[in-house]
Amino acid sequence: MAKRGDWVRIHSVVLKAEERTAKLPDDTKKCDLQQWTKGFLQDETAEVGDEVTVKTAVGRLEKGTLIEEAPYYDHSYGVFVPEIIEIDRQLREIMKFGGEE
Amino acid sequence: MALAKDYQSVMARSNDIQKNALGLDYADFEKSPIAFDYDELMTSTGYTLDEINRIQGLYGVGNTPLLELRNITALARKYAKPGYGARIFVKDEACNASGSFKDRRAACAVAHAKKLGYKGVMAATSGNYGAAVASQAAMQGLKCIIVQECYDSNGVGQPEIVEKARKCEALGAEVVQLTVGPELFYSFLSILEDTGYFNASLYSPFGIAGIDTLGYEIAMQCREKLGKDPDMVVCTTAGGGMVTGTARGLKKAGCDATVVAASIDLTGLSMASDVDFNKKSCTTGHTGFGVPYATDPDHSDVPRSAARPLRYMDRYVTVTQGEVMYTTEMLANLEGLERGPAGNTALAAAFSLAQELPEDAILVVSETEYTGAGKHIQPQLAFAKENGIDVRFGDPKEDKPGTNLILPADPGLMKYKEADITRFRKSLIKKAVKKSGLAPADLTEDDIKFLIAETKTDEAFVKETLAEL
Repeated sequence: MAKRGDWVRIHSVVLKAEERTAKLPDDTKKCDLQQWTKGFLQDETAEVGDEVTVKTAVGRLEKGTLIEEAPYYDHSYGVFVPEIIEIDRQLREIMKFGGEE
Repeated sequence: MALAKDYQSVMARSNDIQKNALGLDYADFEKSPIAFDYDELMTSTGYTLDEINRIQGLYGVGNTPLLELRNITALARKYAKPGYGARIFVKDEACNASGSFKDRRAACAVAHAKKLGYKGVMAATSGNYGAAVASQAAMQGLKCIIVQECYDSNGVGQPEIVEKARKCEALGAEVVQLTVGPELFYSFLSILEDTGYFNASLYSPFGIAGIDTLGYEIAMQCREKLGKDPDMVVCTTAGGGMVTGTARGLKKAGCDATVVAASIDLTGLSMASDVDFNKKSCTTGHTGFGVPYATDPDHSDVPRSAARPLRYMDRYVTVTQGEVMYTTEMLANLEGLERGPAGNTALAAAFSLAQELPEDAILVVSETEYTGAGKHIQPQLAFAKENGIDVRFGDPKEDKPGTNLILPADPGLMKYKEADITRFRKSLIKKAVKKSGLAPADLTEDDIKFLIAETKTDEAFVKETLAEL
């Protein structure tokens, strides 16, 4: 459960699929336009899934569904990609770094 | 009474919101349904090269090193005919405060916002520009909101864009993230209206004038270091700001190097498609932005874009995602410079362009960009594989965006593709006439002059194109 003042992430639907009138490819037309932001929870307490209000980093009040408490990034340098090692090996071989074997 | 905030109401107020958010009325520069006074737009803001230099000097921007890529030059020469293979240099723009040339644009835009008394700045960008605006806002003491297109409808984010969100937050900005679609502009305008912040658009005259120093520095550094001007300058091209500003700066230095625009070829992938969104392995520097912004500069977030790449480029070439990834690894492994992939688009093109120039020629690549988690070839290639893209070695000619990603099996297979710049120039003229609602016969002398400047062509070319309408 999140308490007032906790840093949380919220989600909202800006436009439902049927409200989207811009020129869009068919696949995008079927999707809602969704939005995420983060801020300090303004409600006394809230659970994930509740409609809440947050105060964002610039002090804006924004409403949305609470989706994450204490949000953090987990993007990374990715899993091993063997092709990268092969590029390195090939380039070093062509350039003969360290001289001929 | 509170203003209605629904889509139609906000979009209907778009012009007023933009006017308030830029402190600039574009109507002052309009001359006819086709033409506007571009030079007046650029000079009206009062940012001379000296003034921009002063501002950038205050905020950790500019005067980046010009580095010679000796090993990459030597490698390129192995595939060139004897006596050929220009010396390749790169402007290490990753050394700017937030890690890219975008700091040059942001420094001026934020300084301008501050001068006009705005409390905060906003920018709509999924690229490095967000971090640049956030960084400059922090330095200059303003609040900042960045609006990004980041996720597909399942909430899966492009790793490169997620990293940029992290960086913006680290620099104190609020980041608003959206799924795919041009209606991002509605969210952007709505928040702009509520906050009364400055629109630090990528395409404002302040933003573009900030890049002039880059071209100017390239010319001056070549003269100092090498005693001569560069023969060719290659610029990665998406929204067109880089090529516009760099060429303007070169001109201001009296340097007439050939200016080549380079983009990653993403032909076949729709930029507004939810499904295609995560099939891309590079989210900028590609033709999905490069071609539409070149042929119709005025579809950005300002009424008239100050980035007008077809006025400045001599050639437009494309490379593949695989060539860019390969080149990025080459830069790290052969030159000791680990930099972000998208910024290496121009370098990938330069590798084969250099092979067509004599050995004593100087080729300058106009930028590098920072790298980090998500924004690096390993996570970007891993992400491609997760999304079913066939990543393998082969001939880049087999490249099919969204289906495969071909890493060159041998550096000798890297070869830029010449894009049809004549077609782009014609397309610009036709789009401009269509938008204006005028019949080709009704164009005035001034309109023709404007289109000549817009396309870097001549009267015969413009008239011939109009006759095709």
